[in-house]
Amino acid sequence: MTERKGPLMSPGIARLLVILALVLLWEIGARYYADPLFLCPPSQAVGALQHIFADPKIVNAIRVTIYEVVVAFLMSVAVGMSVGLAVGLHGFTKQSILPVILLLYATPQATILPLFVLSFGIGPAAKIAFGVSHGIFPVIVTTVAGVQNLRQPLLTAARSMGANRLQVFNAIIFPHMIPSFFTGMRLGMTSVLLGVLLAELYVSTAGIGFYTRLFAESFSPPDLFALIAVLAAIAVTLNELCRTAERRFSRWHAS
Amino acid sequence: MKPQTRIAQRFVQLGVLVAILVAWYWATLPGHVNQLLLPAPLPVFRNFWILFTTSSIWPDLFVTVREWITAFLIASISGCTLGYVISRSAYAVRVFDPLLAGLYSIPAILLFPLYLLFFGLGPGSKIAIGTTIAFFPIVLNTIAGLAYVDKAYITAAKSMGANDFQMFWNVMMPAAFPVVLTGLRLGCIVAFLSILGGETISSLAGLGHRIVSLAENMESAQMFGNILFAVAMAFIINGVVSFAEARGRRGMQ
Repeated sequence: MTERKGPLMSPGIARLLVILALVLLWEIGARYYADPLFLCPPSQAVGALQHIFADPKIVNAIRVTIYEVVVAFLMSVAVGMSVGLAVGLHGFTKQSILPVILLLYATPQATILPLFVLSFGIGPAAKIAFGVSHGIFPVIVTTVAGVQNLRQPLLTAARSMGANRLQVFNAIIFPHMIPSFFTGMRLGMTSVLLGVLLAELYVSTAGIGFYTRLFAESFSPPDLFALIAVLAAIAVTLNELCRTAERRFSRWHAS
Repeated sequence: MKPQTRIAQRFVQLGVLVAILVAWYWATLPGHVNQLLLPAPLPVFRNFWILFTTSSIWPDLFVTVREWITAFLIASISGCTLGYVISRSAYAVRVFDPLLAGLYSIPAILLFPLYLLFFGLGPGSKIAIGTTIAFFPIVLNTIAGLAYVDKAYITAAKSMGANDFQMFWNVMMPAAFPVVLTGLRLGCIVAFLSILGGETISSLAGLGHRIVSLAENMESAQMFGNILFAVAMAFIINGVVSFAEARGRRGMQ
């Protein structure tokens, strides 16, 4: 490969062309060579989108999943932030409690999924709880890391000028934590999504996971691909929202 | 750090663990939490120990480990190769890097029903999901490692007349190695976790399958023993892989 000074086209357009080529390859491969029970061309999946959004049950399932993800995410951020602050603000608690938290973080949560179902039932509660169990740890760890970036002289200065705890938090701790706060939120969102979907795939009566399983088991790939595309779109949107927020709020922080 | 502080921290850590055990024991006393949901600590530890004294877990463990190693090998070979090919041209990096990063943000576990359809309930679908999930951190880190090698090294090696192989082996590899290793470590761990997850959702054999079937038979003490086993295994894998990463990094310097 040669290094060109002026490429033929901008990378963005080339990227679009690559995606188009892949879709085209898939379309041709699926249309002429694959078993329609297992694989469908993308054009059929797009057609199935219409049918999916026309079915009130599936629309409701999408709503259920979004609801579970949002509740689990808010709980993870609220609890994770509080725990992270409580642990991270003092050197002693950080050194002693953080290893225990990291130990819990390394636990493969999938193995305790049956426990969540046993204790929370097969409704949304188990999915939310399982999502929180995934999302809370990245939030805690990044919050602790964010507190670590705090410059000690600023704290000392504020205290010596008589700032109370609330003022210290509002004026110093919070602004400094913003970059890592949003990184934590983005990681937490990815993990929450993973947890909720795992729980829905394992056992559920509603939600996207339930329908992807149903469509796979009833051999209807167009619906399956359409649903996967809907969920991928949701995931990318949530991820981009977090990334935009991350960029926006960390702009003041030049370093 | 003062030695007293260190000792105090160890005590706090120990205290937290003891507190968890005591709370667990207290919760299982009659009239608190149902034994089916939370068995008492002692039977759980007894069941955990039984796993080592009898050979009943070996077949399931073998299935899981084989799936895990296969998935990791496929993901690391394909990820490193693709990453290397892309990183050869700065233009390709700008085209493919955001594409792969975008795909990475989609939860791949969603493909699992599809893989069940394609590869069946057996090990195939778990290998496929483990490979898919492990592939992205590996390829992205390979690109990040190889594409952002300090330009000065490359210019220096070129001006001294290094050929392609020497360039790769003596310049690119050592410079990119730590980043690539991080990708391999992440891939190794997420492959294990996603295979456990896949086995939990639906499978015919393996550790995850064992835990789920014990849960469905309401054999809580045995299930907790097996969960403890899987957790211990994840810790050991984590420790070994992190150790290997640190060693590999030092070995290259």
